[in-house]
Formats: sequence, structure tokens, C-alpha cells
Amino acid sequence: MPTRWLARLAVAAAGLLNLSAAPAGPDLGVILAATPAPKLSDYRLFHAGAADPALTPYALNTPLFSDYAEKLRYVWLPPKTKASYRADGVFDFPVGATLVKTFAFPADFRRPDQDVRWIETRLLIRKADGWTAFAYVWDAERKDAVLKRAGARVDVSFVDLKGQTRRVDYAVPNQNQCKECHQLDKTLTPIGPKARNLNGDFAYATGARNQLAHWTKAGLLAGAPAPSAAPRTARWDDAREPLEARARAYLDANCAHCHQPRAIASNSGLFLNSEEPPGPNLGIGKSPVAAGRGSGGLLVSIDPGHPERSILVHRMASSEPGVMMPELGRSLVHDEGVELIRQYVASLKP
Amino acid sequence: MTRLALMATVALCVAGAAQAKTLAVAPGADAQERLQTALLDAKPGDVVEIAAGRYELTDGLSLDVDDVTVKGAGPDRTVLSFKGQKGAGEGLLITSDKVTVRDLAVEDTRGDGLKSKGSDEISFINVRVEWTGGPKETNGAYGVYPVSSSNVLIDKVVVRGASDAGIYVGQSKNIVVKRSRAEFNVAGIEIENSYNADVFDNDATRNTGGILVFDLPNLPQMGGHSHRIYNNRIVRNDTPNFAPKGNIVASVPVGTGVMVMANKNVHVFGNEIDGNQSTGVMLVSYTQKFDDKTYNPLPRDVVVRDNRIGKNGYDPKFAGAEILAKAVGGTIPPVMWDGVTAHPQNPDVVRVNLKDGPVLNLRLKGPGQLMTADPTVTPTSGDAVIAEPEKVVLPKRQADLAD
Repeated sequence: MPTRWLARLAVAAAGLLNLSAAPAGPDLGVILAATPAPKLSDYRLFHAGAADPALTPYALNTPLFSDYAEKLRYVWLPPKTKASYRADGVFDFPVGATLVKTFAFPADFRRPDQDVRWIETRLLIRKADGWTAFAYVWDAERKDAVLKRAGARVDVSFVDLKGQTRRVDYAVPNQNQCKECHQLDKTLTPIGPKARNLNGDFAYATGARNQLAHWTKAGLLAGAPAPSAAPRTARWDDAREPLEARARAYLDANCAHCHQPRAIASNSGLFLNSEEPPGPNLGIGKSPVAAGRGSGGLLVSIDPGHPERSILVHRMASSEPGVMMPELGRSLVHDEGVELIRQYVASLKP
Repeated sequence: MTRLALMATVALCVAGAAQAKTLAVAPGADAQERLQTALLDAKPGDVVEIAAGRYELTDGLSLDVDDVTVKGAGPDRTVLSFKGQKGAGEGLLITSDKVTVRDLAVEDTRGDGLKSKGSDEISFINVRVEWTGGPKETNGAYGVYPVSSSNVLIDKVVVRGASDAGIYVGQSKNIVVKRSRAEFNVAGIEIENSYNADVFDNDATRNTGGILVFDLPNLPQMGGHSHRIYNNRIVRNDTPNFAPKGNIVASVPVGTGVMVMANKNVHVFGNEIDGNQSTGVMLVSYTQKFDDKTYNPLPRDVVVRDNRIGKNGYDPKFAGAEILAKAVGGTIPPVMWDGVTAHPQNPDVVRVNLKDGPVLNLRLKGPGQLMTADPTVTPTSGDAVIAEPEKVVLPKRQADLAD
């Protein structure tokens, strides 16, 4: 039977080709499998502790604070697919889209490129019926990372910019906790890759370029306008930008994944998303509802002009479970973030 | 596909749907991870069975699968201790529908004890939530805490030591709280911004306030209404208020039996109300400043009848109580109403039917305007005929859980 013989030859040739192609690139079959792979290496997103070249790195103008962890973000889309641009909210990603985020700590933040320890890599995968989220915890040699569905605690220590040693009781979230933050109307969703948070420059290997422009040019994104016509979130740590824009960007990134009308803390009536107009629901003059001891004996979320009388600042400045906000994702206080919100509350007119 | 293969596939599917399994968890090393993994692995219809023993947990647990029962060996035998908790806002968070938590205890969480958010058909049965160091401001806020949920069943639970409310139902609909015991909390049982609650056959004792029915502004669900508070024992609520300032319950005077704040159509009847030093039943407006055009701060359509009222109001602890008590003969009458009948944001006729008495009516001109008080004491107050809300009916499957 000549046809069968030919087919066999084709398969063998394909196998040879496959072997010679190095590295092999992400495995869409594993990415879209019904159950998560037990090891991160199964996805072929990383090879020998480095990201596959098919992954595109990206950064957010204002990210969530996670105990000072450095976050290495990548997007991967199946060949010949694109995300569709949206001015508001997260882009519409194609099935198979994978968002990859590695949490890492340099031993000494004064030398951020040396002795970098990878703690975990989180995957957000767009399946046919929606997004799923998984966390993989790296071994000490950065050879591979294993699936941790129920969460984990990792001891981390680093030297901060001031030369002080900091210890972190780092929490890898359990699978439900991923969703607690990553949800809108009870459906799991990414948070970061929105036009306004990507509308900034990234230092690619080939040079710095606006990310929206780069994604469009690289064939990852369809329908985006010129960056100047797209919305843009302020950088929280760029002192040249207006205080209010920086503070609202920080609150949006650090609080609004829960504190907005369509997410898990909706019942608090405290909405810190950037669309919320100033008023009681932004916390101004608002009494707590279910804060319990989180109130710290203070009467309102935001007392304009008075950060020392504002529950919002009090809870950001705490590292005690049951008091601190956000309640997931950090164990340290973000001193610089607290200072920004202090200045913002102090600037509000009573 | 051959016919045989097709049949096999069909058989598998049928078996898969019908086969509820039990995921057993025992005490020991890695209990945190094993218990959380079981809560992740559970499929609709499954039971996560937690064997007798003590579980020292370091992080909050969560369940997001519909139609799962989490079951212990009894509230004194299966104990989930969160004394060493390092993160999360509660002990166990439920975000799915048709979930039952039963026969276990949750101790010493740093935040809330058992919470459900946005769940339909959520049941807490025969559970205990306790802060074992007694009443302390540093205890978590709520013991059993369904919020933004519908079809809520709380049966035979015990809560002790909550720094806000032991049993707290917020922004929910269709609620039954029964045969439960709330003691040594700031509020024993609190129904807030909710619709249709039946609260009966409970013991609310040794709290700051026994049973509270509140409505607050600036929340996604407001306009609380249609509650029946009946056949409860609301006795000797005498724990000094230990709520952190800023929280609404921090304003509850020690020795309050029942407090109705804002809300419409609340019926309080057949309860035993005794030994509450400030007052037996209190009807008040929301007195804090607010900026919310949709909020009605007045209690209206309130009925208080046929309660067995003992000795209350003998040592009142609210602002101005001493002067007031003197003016009305030494003790605060068992039923007290601020008497506010008009507010720019109240379109209703404020009606009450306070059959139990005597009734102290402060006749305030507006919420919290104590300086306008013109107190009067009458044997009863108001005779409006106010229809009782219909009995709360839960889905049959859920109602059957309460044996």
C-alpha cells in the first residue's frame, strides 16, 4: 500500500523536523487541555529558566503591589491569532491566549539583575469556555515549577533599596483566591492587559517602543488606534504626573479588582475603580459597613484632608490579617504606595 | 464510532452525573493543603467530609463549586482553628451556590468566620464559630456571615465573641435564622439591608444587643423590609460594647434587646425579652450624616406585640438616658421609639403598632435630634393594621436540610 508508506514517511520527516526545531515553542495542546499540567515545563513556555522567544514581554503603567516582587509578564497567542482592541476593560483575547507572570526577588534590590530568585509563575489561559488560572512554584535551581492548586507559603528575604534586610512570608494563592481578585460578575478575567495600562513604553531587546504600537506591529493586536488616541493610566511612581491621577491609578490597580460594583467586595459599597466619581462610594465621608476591627477606631474611609483619620490609609498601612488591605497578595506594607495615598487624601478639600 | 463505543460513552456520562462522591480529609500534616485541595477537587453533588480532630490552619479556605456539602463530625469534634492565620479575610469563604456547611467549628479567625458572598441556597447548620479568648475588640467582625446571598438558612449554629455581629446577614434575600445561639458578641443576630427574614427560636443572650434589624445607606442593596422576629429568647444582653469605633454597632447601648433601625415592615412578636438594662425594644432612625438620595433613614410599619417582656431599661446606658429615665419615672419603658415621622427622603406614612408597652415616644423632629425631644409615655402606641410578611419559604431541598 503505497499511500500508507508515504504517510509513514511524512510522519517520520515531521518528527525529524520537530527534533531539529529548537526550542519547540509553547504546546497549545497542553495549554488547552481540560486539566492543568502538573509541571510548568509541560507547556514549553520556558526553557532552561528562560522564556520561549515566542512570548512577548509586557509591563503595566501601574501594577498591583505584591510584597515588592518583581513581575516578569509575557503574553503568548496561538499562531495567526490576535487579540481585539477595546478602549475599556481587558482586550478580547483569542482561545489559547496565555498570560504568564513570574514573581521574582533579587537578593539585593540595589543590584536587581543579580541573584534573582523566581518564586512562582502564574498562568491565565483563555479556554473556549473562559479563562482559567493556575500557579506554579519554582524549585530552588529554577529548573522547573510544579502546580500548586491549594496555595503555598514561601520564605523569602531580600535586601531593599535602603540596604535593609526584609523578610516576606510570601503567599502563593490557591486557585479560588486567583478568582477572588480576577473576577467580574463572578467570571474569571485578566486584570492587567487593558489599553490604558499598556499604553506606555517597554524596553524591548530591539529598543524602547510603545506597547500598543508594538503589539499591533507584532500581529498580536487588531483594531488599536494610535497610542495618542488610546486611554492611558498614569504611572503611580512618576512624580511628573498629577497627584490625583497617580493616586487613582494606584487605587484602581491595588483595590478595584475587588472594590468595584461587579467584583467580590461590591457589598462594601466602596468602589475604588478609576471610573468612580468622587463621592461616598469612593469612600469620601463613608462609614464602614463590614470593616470590623479593620476600622481602627476611625469613622470614615476617606476624611478629606485627613489621612490620619481615614480608614483607607489605616488599612493600607497595616500588615495584620483581618485589618490589612488588600487582604490577599501581600504581607508587607507598601510604604511608597501608602505615602502616595496619604498625600492624595491630604490634598482633598474637606 | 461503533455502537458499542457509543453505548460505553453514554454509560460513562450517566455514571459521571449520578455519582456523588465523598472526599475525606483527616487531621495531620499538610492539613491546610489537603483540605483546600478537597475544596477545589469537589464536583457538584460531592461531600467534603472533615474527620474529627483539630486542624491548625494558616490561611483562609475557600469553596467555589456549586452543590457541595462541607461536613464535619460535630461542632465540638471537628475544629478548624485559625489561631495561626497569616492571610485572607475570613476562615472559609464560599462563592458558589447550593452549598451546605455543617457539623464543624471555626475558631479564632483573624477576620470573619464563615462567609458566603453572592451565593444562592446557602446553608449553615449545626456549626460553631467562636473566638476562644472571650469578647475582645481584636476579635473578627462576623461569625456566620452570608452577604449578597439569597435563600439563606442558618440553623442550630452557635457564635461567641464576634466584635461586630455573631450571626450577620447582609444585603440578602429570603432568609431563615432559627434554633441558634448567639452570645458574648456585640450584636447577637443582625439582619442588615435585607429582604424577608424569619428569625425565630433563637437564643440571643449576654451580647451587647440581642437582635438588630438595620438598614444603611450607600450600599448596592438598600431598603430593608419584611422581617419577622418571633419566639426568640432575648435575655440578659449585658456585655459592654467592644466593637471598634466607626462600625455602626459601636453605637448600640449595652443591654439592648431588639433594635430596629430604618427598615420597613418589621414584626416583633412572641419573644421573651428580659434583663436588658437599656431597653427591651428600640425603634430608631439612622442618625449619621449621609449622602444618598435613595436612602430612607426611618423605621416604619413596625409591629411589636405579644412579647413576654420582663424587667428591662433599669440601668440605661445610652446618651441622655439618665435625664430621660428621671423624666419618665426612673426606668426606661420596655418599648422605645424615637418618634420621627417625617423626613425629606421618606415618602411613606410612618405607621407603628406597638401593642406591648408602656411605650416611650421621644417625638423627635428628625433623626438624632435629641434637643427636640418631647417624651411621652403611653400604654401602647399606634393602632395601624399592618399585614405580617408571609412566611419565608426556602427551596424544598434546602428546607429539608433542617431536620
